[in-house]
Order: sequence, then C-alpha cells, then structure tokens
Amino acid sequence: MLPDVIVVGAGIVGAAVAEALAVAGCRVRVLESAWPGSGSTGAAMGHLLVLDDSEAQWRLTRLSRDLWDARADQWGAALEWESCGTVWVAADGEELELARRRGAWFAERGVASELLDQVALRAAEPNLAAGLAGGLRVPGDSVIYPPAAVRLLLEGAVRHGATIAAGTPVKRAGGGWVELTNGDRLPAGAVIIAAGLATPELLATPVEGLALIPKKGHLAITDRYPGWLRHQLVELSYLKSAHGSAPSSVAFNVQPRATGQILIGSSRQLDTLDPTVEPATLSRMLARAATYLPRLETLTILRTWVGFRPATPDNLPLIGPVPGQPRLWLATGHEGIGVATALGTAALIRASVLGEAPPLDPTPYAVDRVVGWMAHA
Amino acid sequence: MPEMVRLVVDGLELQVPAGITVAAALLNRRLVARRSVGGEPRAPLCGMGSCFECRATVDGRPHTRTCMVRVRNGLDVRTDD
Ligand SMILES: Cc1cc2nc3c(=O)[nH]c(=O)nc-3n(C[C@H](O)[C@H](O)[C@H](O)COP(=O)(O)OP(=O)(O)OC[C@H]3O[C@@H](n4cnc5c(N)ncnc54)[C@H](O)[C@@H]3O)c2cc1C
Ligand code: FES
Repeated sequence: MLPDVIVVGAGIVGAAVAEALAVAGCRVRVLESAWPGSGSTGAAMGHLLVLDDSEAQWRLTRLSRDLWDARADQWGAALEWESCGTVWVAADGEELELARRRGAWFAERGVASELLDQVALRAAEPNLAAGLAGGLRVPGDSVIYPPAAVRLLLEGAVRHGATIAAGTPVKRAGGGWVELTNGDRLPAGAVIIAAGLATPELLATPVEGLALIPKKGHLAITDRYPGWLRHQLVELSYLKSAHGSAPSSVAFNVQPRATGQILIGSSRQLDTLDPTVEPATLSRMLARAATYLPRLETLTILRTWVGFRPATPDNLPLIGPVPGQPRLWLATGHEGIGVATALGTAALIRASVLGEAPPLDPTPYAVDRVVGWMAHA
Repeated sequence: MPEMVRLVVDGLELQVPAGITVAAALLNRRLVARRSVGGEPRAPLCGMGSCFECRATVDGRPHTRTCMVRVRNGLDVRTDD
C-alpha cells in the first residue's frame, strides 16, 4: 500500500517532491509556513545547468536537466523557458584551458558543448569586453522563472489529489508524524522535510552533525533590453567562489530573462544572516560584472534583493531517509543549484519512499554522511 | 514664430519648437512613448524624471526619459510604436 505523505516546505524542492509522490498515487499534504516559493526559491536565478564539480553533482544535475527538458514542451511558456545555453567565460589562456578540459569531460559523458575562441566568444556575445580569451558554450542549459515552476509543480500535485496548506508552520517532526505550531499532531506514512535552511531545527530528534550553512546572495535586475544578452554567462572561476570558504566573494554570473531583462549576480557571504541588501557587496558584484560587460553601466537597474542558499559542508545536497528514524526523509541542502536539481531530487525521494529502483546511486546524497560534519564545522 | 528644430521620431521627421523636451514634442503630436509589458500605450506623466513613463530610445540609448532631454536638430527618437 502506498503511504500517506506529508511534505514540509513548498520551495522548489518540496513542490517537486509533492508532485512526484502525488503522481505516483500517494495522498500528499504539503505544509508551508508562509507561502509557496517564499524561501530561497523566490530569490533565485532559474539557471538549469549541468555541473562537473564532482561526479555526484554531475549525475544529479544531468538527470535533473533531462527531467526539466521533458517538461519544456508542455510548460515552456508558463515557465518563461529560455533555451539560451550557458557560456562559461574564460578571461585568460589558463581559464580557456579549463574550459577545454570541461568540454572534453562533458563530451565523454555525452553532453554537447562547444569551445569558443576570442572571436567566436565576441560573436556569441557582442557586449562582452574585448580581450577575453574565449569560453565554453553548453547549448543544452536553460533558464526558467523559479516561482512559476513552484506553481506548476504544485498545480500538478493538486491535480493528483494533493492538498497544499500555506500559512501552516510546522513546529517539529519525527518518523511518521508532524506537529504544527498550533499543537495539532498529524500522522503520516512518510514525512519529507524540505524546509530549506529551517530543516535541522524541525527535527524532534536531532541528527548529530547535521548543519546547513546559509550563503547569502545578492541579485539585481535591469529594465528590458531585448537581445542585449543571449546566453547565461558565468565566469569560469565561478565554482571557486561558490564552494570556497572565503567569508565573502563575488563572481560574474548574468542571465537573460524572457522579458528582455538581465538578471545580474552573484555574491556569496557566509558570515551573515542580515536579510537586507548591502550596498558595498552589491557594488562589488556589479563592478565585477562590468569588467566582463563594460556597457552594463549604461543599463538601468530596477530592483535589487538578496536570498540565502541552503549549503552543506561538502557541497552536496541531503536527499534520503534519516537513519534510525523510520518514515522520515530529508530533501534539502542544494546550495546554489536547488532549482536545477529539484526534479532529480524528487525522483530519488520517490524511489526511496516507494522502495523502487533509484534513478541513480543515492549514496553520495545520503543523510548518514553528516556524522562527520561536527569535526568539519 | 519660435525657432524650429528637426526631430526624427521612428524614422519620421518632425519640426518642433526649439527648447522644449522630447516628451513635450511627443505629447504635442499625441505620440506614445512606450508600451507596458502587457502592451498598453504609455505617455509622459510627471514631466520631471520620476515616473519613467516617458521612456524611449534616444540616439540609440534605450529607456531614456524623454522629459529630461531637450530637442536637438537630428535627434533620433524610437518609441515602442
Ligand atoms: C541569489 C541566489 C541565486 C540562485 N540561483 C540559482 C540558480 O540559478 N539555479 C538554481 O538551481 N538555484 C539557484 N539558487 C539556489 C536555490 O534558490 C535553492 O537551492 C533552492 O531554492 C532551494 O529550494 P528549497 O525548496 O530547498 O528551499 P526553499 O525555497 O527555502 O523552501 C523551503 C520552504 O520551507 C518553508 N518552511 C520553512 N520552515 C518551515 C516550517 N517550520 N514549516 C513549514 N514550512 C517551512 C519555507 O517557507 C520555504 O518556502 C539561488 C539562490 C540564491 C540565493
Ligand atoms: S514623464 Fe515622468 S519620468 Fe518622464
């Protein structure tokens, strides 16, 4: 018999998990403290990409990109889907060599990419600064609007019988039960906590070592300049910034939106919970972007905001059952790629909850690995 | 007769009085400056640079507030229409 399921949190991860389990036939209830997409998801860029940082990250991003692609025809317009591809921009010869190696690595694994020299890079993106060495174009990467994805996934879940309770904070949860802040205790055959950064504090029985690190990020969005930018552009040294332990870093990462707007990122700060835009960090981030796109300075910025990425010490998400606590799963810790990897995460959770064959080896994402994290932190 | 200058709006030459703003020139001719995301026509409102409703591409520069630019001979204005 299929278990009744409670999903805690309606970010992109909770929404994808709820949809997958509802489609599988489970009776699903989603409990969200505020409103769907109100956490990290609502602040995010919607870059759908494959990443080669580790074999485990590669497999999850690859599976998820395929799963998103399968939705493109049906949902494309509603998701503000842009098949713009990524260009990893190489500033100098050393970075171009990194690009070449990344391309070769992709090719071995059957993902198309194209090495761009200096001239080809400028042809691909005329607004880039002269003198950049080149880049790697990954044509299969895309861009979506994350809040729209949350809405579509939850609508899909509801069509398969799920109920969504917004404004319903969970106080704590354990194997097969959830307690609301109003005191109600709800039983379930399977509880999946996808509450982003709040996940560790919701566990009635703590998981030793479990820690999520909030990585603050700034974004800015411009007015509409259709055609100004054609690809998501990311500097090749991006992962250095993304996974580094420096308390504060900025990297060039810009995204063309379906509206013609340009979304400008990105910053990472490890040492703050301040939810406000910091002019100093924002300026550093924009200055970094302007070294790659000098004419960015002629564009009008309409809005700036921040979000917090739920990161783990080893840069991999936590997806799977909680050891020693039957009927309890976690799905969180996706740092800066939770949108990109939401569908693969949902497929892994579905397989684990229903006892089906997993779509890929779940071990690298397993919750039991947090035992070593205390020492790490 | 005020002195006149020649403005080019969407490829059409207009003779307009010297000294006025591009926004005023558009308003005199009942021309739309921009269209909203939903496609509604928009025209200058505040005349002092704060509402952004008068934006057009001026000499190749998108989203220029036309109420902040004085007409000049040969100035090229592109509206969303
Ligand atoms: C600036 C920035 C740019 C980013 N760009 C990208 C990108 O381009 N591509 C990409 O893939 N990812 C990107 N990310 C990362 C992405 O935003 C996250 O990885 C992803 O949103 C995590 O989703 P989630 O569902 O786990 O968390 P969340 O979206 O935070 O969802 C958790 C939900 O749980 C709810 N909740 C919390 N506590 C409780 C409780 N007690 N009871 C009930 N509900 C609760 C919250 O209200 C929230 O809605 C970016 C992030 C930032 C900050
Ligand atoms: S009319 Fe308001 S900004 Fe120009």
